[in-house]
Amino acid sequence: MELYELSIQTAHKLLKQKKISSLELTRAVLERIQSVEPKVQAYITVAADAAMEQAEFADQAISRGNMTGLTGIPLAIKDLICTRGLRTTCASKILENFIPPYDATVIEKLKEAGAVIVGKANMDEFAMGSSTENSGIQLTRNPWDLKRIPGGSSGGSAAAVAAGMCLGALGSDTGGSIRQPASHCGVVGMKPTYGRVSRYGLVAFASSLDQIGPMAKDVTDCAVLMKTIAGYDEKDSTSVPLEVPDYTDFLKNGLKKITVGIPKEYHAAEGIDPEVAAAVKNAVGVIENLGAECVEVSLPHTKHCVAVYYVIAPSEAGSNLARYDGVRYGSRNKDTRNLIEMYRNTRARGFGMEVQRRIILGTYALSAGYYDAYYKKASQVRTLILEDFKKAFETCDVILSPVAPTPAFTIGEMIEDPLTMYLSDIFTISANLAGIPGISVPCGFSSDGLPIGLQIMGKHFNEETIFQTAYNFEQATDFHKKKPGL
Amino acid sequence: MEFEPVIGLEVHAQLKTKTKIFCGCSASFGAPPNTHTCPVCLGMPGVLPVLNKKVVEYALRMASATNCGIAHESRWARKNYFYPDLPKGYQISQYELPIAVNGHIDIEVNGDGKTIGITRIHMEEDAGKLTHDPGRPVSMVDFNRAGVPLIEIVSEPDIRSPREAGAYLRQLRAIVRYLGICDGNLEEGSFRCDANVSVRPEGAETFGTRTEIKNLNSFKHVENALEYEINRQIETLMSGDPVVQETRLWDAVKSRTTPMRGKEEAHDYRYFPDPDLLPLVIDDEWIREVKNTLPELPTPKKERFVREYELSSGDAEILTASRELADYFEECFREFPNPRRIGNWMIGPLLGLLNAAGTGIESSPVSPHHLARLLQLIDEGVISGKIAKTVFEEMAASGKPPDRIVEEKGLVQVTDTSAIESVVLKVLSRFPGEVEAYRSGKDKLLGFFVGQVMKETKGRANPKILNDILKDRLR
Ligand SMILES: [Zn+2]
Repeated sequence: MELYELSIQTAHKLLKQKKISSLELTRAVLERIQSVEPKVQAYITVAADAAMEQAEFADQAISRGNMTGLTGIPLAIKDLICTRGLRTTCASKILENFIPPYDATVIEKLKEAGAVIVGKANMDEFAMGSSTENSGIQLTRNPWDLKRIPGGSSGGSAAAVAAGMCLGALGSDTGGSIRQPASHCGVVGMKPTYGRVSRYGLVAFASSLDQIGPMAKDVTDCAVLMKTIAGYDEKDSTSVPLEVPDYTDFLKNGLKKITVGIPKEYHAAEGIDPEVAAAVKNAVGVIENLGAECVEVSLPHTKHCVAVYYVIAPSEAGSNLARYDGVRYGSRNKDTRNLIEMYRNTRARGFGMEVQRRIILGTYALSAGYYDAYYKKASQVRTLILEDFKKAFETCDVILSPVAPTPAFTIGEMIEDPLTMYLSDIFTISANLAGIPGISVPCGFSSDGLPIGLQIMGKHFNEETIFQTAYNFEQATDFHKKKPGL
Repeated sequence: MEFEPVIGLEVHAQLKTKTKIFCGCSASFGAPPNTHTCPVCLGMPGVLPVLNKKVVEYALRMASATNCGIAHESRWARKNYFYPDLPKGYQISQYELPIAVNGHIDIEVNGDGKTIGITRIHMEEDAGKLTHDPGRPVSMVDFNRAGVPLIEIVSEPDIRSPREAGAYLRQLRAIVRYLGICDGNLEEGSFRCDANVSVRPEGAETFGTRTEIKNLNSFKHVENALEYEINRQIETLMSGDPVVQETRLWDAVKSRTTPMRGKEEAHDYRYFPDPDLLPLVIDDEWIREVKNTLPELPTPKKERFVREYELSSGDAEILTASRELADYFEECFREFPNPRRIGNWMIGPLLGLLNAAGTGIESSPVSPHHLARLLQLIDEGVISGKIAKTVFEEMAASGKPPDRIVEEKGLVQVTDTSAIESVVLKVLSRFPGEVEAYRSGKDKLLGFFVGQVMKETKGRANPKILNDILKDRLR
């Protein structure tokens, strides 16, 4: 086995036993990047020199016996998370040369844990998209089939993990942006409870929906990453002051006492690929066989999720993206005669089509005379969606569903049809609207050999039960062991 | 037709907290440009606001002092608009659910009391400051002020004249100063006022079309601008034209209001709840704590000064204009319990001196202890009232205690009868003609003789003794 193929927990063991060094491991990952990155294009920035420096530093810490589960482990970071001194573009022309003077709280935590940051991963511009095709910088390809999209918006992170270009990664999830690319790339990705992970330093898309989360080769690695990045942060008023459990402690608990809910509305959802439906049905069977009890639950407001999401997210986004005005940082169009022209030209040339589309949507939804009909109404329905989940979780511990209605589609297939692309977020969006955690774990392959993911959603701040369910399922199956043949 | 003006004021008061409202940067004024900044107040990507609790406490003080109802849960909202001094492209403010509503304060105009309603008080962040280089086609922006806390106090349309507007504004300023939450400086912009004004036929029930007047940076501007605008609206209506709802700027040089350009006015702020901040929850205990620690406010203090010290309403108003001035008065009173005379000396020479120097009572060169001592010296007959004025001037210039000045300059009053008598005799012998005239009935010449003696004694002769001797010798 090549070093870049290692899981985080195996690499950790080998580092601890001094069988390998972080320098060797990091070099192996960087060489892997050199060899497959021209095909996949997962990274916007590869920080090779800085990574080797961090690896050396990690080796020194290990030799002093000062080690965490992530010390010396090479990771990729979605380019939406600020890294001090390391270019953070949000995959947008408008921030093409932006170098943050500060670290996001999650980056501080990773650095403190001794992790090695190998680079910044591609994504849909400002996280707006489900295919990473909306990147203003480059196109990322699915390592399982280079003609296909990796999913999005954290497509670069998912592809990098799948292709062995890092051992784990951070993504962010506003409507499925971790879970959907994880599903399409055959890796594990978790969207934590809203408020579980600090958003400080995460460039905001939709502030009430955004969460940073881990992406990794298996459930255990995901739990290790999650433990490190979670927790209250005084710099984020919406983070919640609750103890963070050691998620790995729960993995080995069986499923005998777990009740899983299957929402009846999801069966009725249109456009589900039969292979996806079959893989999820099979997964439910596996989980039942492991001793979990299955019950039907109802989430009656599911049909409104996409509509609610596409009012709330663009409204917040339009406001969040107002700061990219060319005044203080980022690119500025200099070919202008006055202030209004500077704003218009800077933003028209700096933002891509999808970002502009959503800014216009959001501006419209908040306009005088429309606020009550759109934003206010959407917020009220959002409360009903939350109530749905609260009620469902009275009878079950976790809820199972597909992540995406289809496996990864081909590049360019959906680009002219944003509405169908929006509708493909149907299974993931509700977790963001309700603020609950969810994971995507590999549960099968299509006849074309494309990965399919199972979504497990849980109660607020109950990530451990999700990890427990996902781990038991993973250990009972072999889907996570298969690697793309790059 | 007689018209009645209807006025409402919106006041922005900059709060004197040490740090800004959503970051740890200093909120102080006057630092070199862009030195009080950080990623948060510069609106860098990915940063988040964290509320400064002190701002809430200050807003609660103001809400309590103005008899407002305090919201147990209020919300932060984003006010969206583009301007280069606004780092995030939105201002964090409060909109639908402000921290306080439904208050009122009492004002007095020409001795008549009146209550002005307060619609709401809310908190928000200030923007930066733009400067334009006249020599080059560039503008510069200083973000030191971006994120400095403000409260906005919106009055009901209860004000009926420019003078009432002035009185309301002065009262509001006295309150923020008493509370120690704001400098209340209109010229420097720590206390800003916009006015909404309309006119309607006397006795009408409904309001006329209003205009909003901006750029009012002194009390005088507020009153003059309102005066102008009321007349303008009345003339417009009398000539058969409608008043246009618009924002107008006061031009202090030309003494008129002119409409702001339409483009700058046409804003749709797209307010919505700020998802980065939790709803602000205020419990009864916090409200109680703030209420219990409020200082005595201007109106109750003024009433007490009238009652306790038997001062005129006008004098009491002046002496309670600031907490420091009132404290000064009461300190003097403890050592010299004659309120009227203290009042006269404070309102006359002392305030004259401070106004001329452009400083406040807190930096007065004459301490309350020294002023009280000066008044004691008069009562003790050591100096005359007239000499006291000279001594006061010296106290103001040097800061020395009055006793030392009297001693050093030899200003002790002459009370020795024989000494005064010999000067009187000298003066009378010098002016035989005037003596003759006095004796034949020209009583007014007494003042002339007093003046001559005072000139000889450099003003130190005890006036009462002098008077007695003169009258005796001229008989
Ligand atoms: Zn700051």
